[in-house]
Amino acid sequence: MFMKTKYLEKPMKIVFFITALTAVLAVLLICVFLFANGVPAMGKIGLFSFLGGKDWSPTDTPSSFGILPMIMGSIYTTFGAIIIGVPIGLMTAIFMARFSTKRINKFLNPVVELLAGIPSIIYGFFGLQVIVPFVRDSFGGNGNSILTASLLLGFMILPTIIAVSKASLDAVDKTYYEGALALGASHEKSVMKVVVPAAKSGIIAAVVLGIGRAIGEAMAVTMVIGNQARMPIGLLKGARTLTTNIVSEMSYAADLHREALIATGVVLLVFILIINLVLALINKKAGGR
Amino acid sequence: MALQKNKVSQAMLQYKKDRVSLVIRILVVGAAVVTVCGLLMLIGYILIKGVPYLKLSLFEFHYTSENVSMFPAMINTVVITLLSLIIAAPIGIFSAVYLCEYANKNSKIVKVIRIATETLSGVPSIVYGLFGMLFFVTYLKWGYSLIAGGLTLAIMILPLIMRTTEEALVSVPNSLREASYGLGAGKLTTIFKIVLPSAISGILAGVILAIGRIVGETAALIYTAGTVAQIALVPKQSGVTLAVHLYKLSSEGFNTNEAFATAVVLLIIVFLINGLSNLVATQLRRKAYGKD
Repeated sequence: MFMKTKYLEKPMKIVFFITALTAVLAVLLICVFLFANGVPAMGKIGLFSFLGGKDWSPTDTPSSFGILPMIMGSIYTTFGAIIIGVPIGLMTAIFMARFSTKRINKFLNPVVELLAGIPSIIYGFFGLQVIVPFVRDSFGGNGNSILTASLLLGFMILPTIIAVSKASLDAVDKTYYEGALALGASHEKSVMKVVVPAAKSGIIAAVVLGIGRAIGEAMAVTMVIGNQARMPIGLLKGARTLTTNIVSEMSYAADLHREALIATGVVLLVFILIINLVLALINKKAGGR
Repeated sequence: MALQKNKVSQAMLQYKKDRVSLVIRILVVGAAVVTVCGLLMLIGYILIKGVPYLKLSLFEFHYTSENVSMFPAMINTVVITLLSLIIAAPIGIFSAVYLCEYANKNSKIVKVIRIATETLSGVPSIVYGLFGMLFFVTYLKWGYSLIAGGLTLAIMILPLIMRTTEEALVSVPNSLREASYGLGAGKLTTIFKIVLPSAISGILAGVILAIGRIVGETAALIYTAGTVAQIALVPKQSGVTLAVHLYKLSSEGFNTNEAFATAVVLLIIVFLINGLSNLVATQLRRKAYGKD
């Protein structure tokens, strides 16, 4: 079948090349379609009153489309997720890289993989059934709140933080640790003061990736945050994020309202593109050393 | 044994003198325990609440408002998975072949492809959903349909398949390629008869992981495949997948027990997929380092 492939060599190379361009085409398509459908709405609403407006009431007359509450909601919940998820994730990664045995890691690796593999809808369902009542009973409020969303997101970004930081901890030169030991530092101090700082750029990359995951998560947050479109007024009060704004209204929105929701998606995409850029810069810096 | 005891008591003495080290050790062990407990709590809670409600009636052919059967959703999930893979697997594998076997690693176009792939893997699923709605549903006038959902997910899993395939191809030793050329085979023959077959388990592991992503996806499907609880007889029809079905049940709030049962099924599928992917990947390692 493949004996006479001489004539196929060139055309197949072109086929491989064209398929490799699919990813580029997909990115372009996504950007073009989102921007083309979202940017006009920003023009109609006015960029400043869209991004800086504190009032989102699409069905009022006159309607107003300010997404500052959602931007703030996204920032608060993501910040909360980082405060909860990064310490636990980083410490777990340090444990796996430097304190654990092969046998314990044989058990821990699948745990991290499963955490990464569990669908966000299951996380959301668990949050709705367990974390919402827990927050309601321990801290007050009705349970649907920024705190609840942060707890859930912190839990959800664990696998990302663990996997990326562990990879960078594993890549640290053995001699660093041995040198610290030789200077009389304990195992723990050698790890914390020498190995962890050496893996700094990888750990920062893990945090940035975690931020990206937390900002982009839609379903799970929708189920626990309460979705009130107002400026965040407290940890125990409900709020709305960029993603949940889209999920909660897209099904019935029309005309300018629909366009404004797509424009919300554009803002989200721009956030993610910025995060990707930051990641690329971190990797460049780390690679350049 | 005695030596072990001695070691432990020595460590204890060390910690008595050195509080900071003790605190660090407690913190890292504690964090690992918290991570494991979190997962066990999630799995345990869903199993305990869901398993008692796993009735046969939940697997009946038709969904009705009295009996919220998940069977139609399961069928749709299989169809959407196949649709996505038919598109994404060949494109992803061929892309990886180009990057690994043909491309000049430092060329501009390769850098652009890498940036695009990384960007795709960072795009949130709700943005994929919006794009699918704007492009497949509205612009191409396909309406809410399994095919629109499947193609949206195909783009979503493309970077994953590309990355895992590329890793598998890189791990194929160069001596194999050289032996093939030495026997007079051309580049294409070498790729299709030597390189891809030796990397097959790595490629498969990636494809299986991609299936896991598809099965768990909700946000990208609500506005592309729609939320109609029926078996889509043709890909142009709308239909729910298992994850979207769970989202509907949980947001309607009438059938919490059935929602738990659905979550159990979804969780078990994800478990099996993860296990399978690992199993296949270990095969790869055995192949690469053991004898064939």
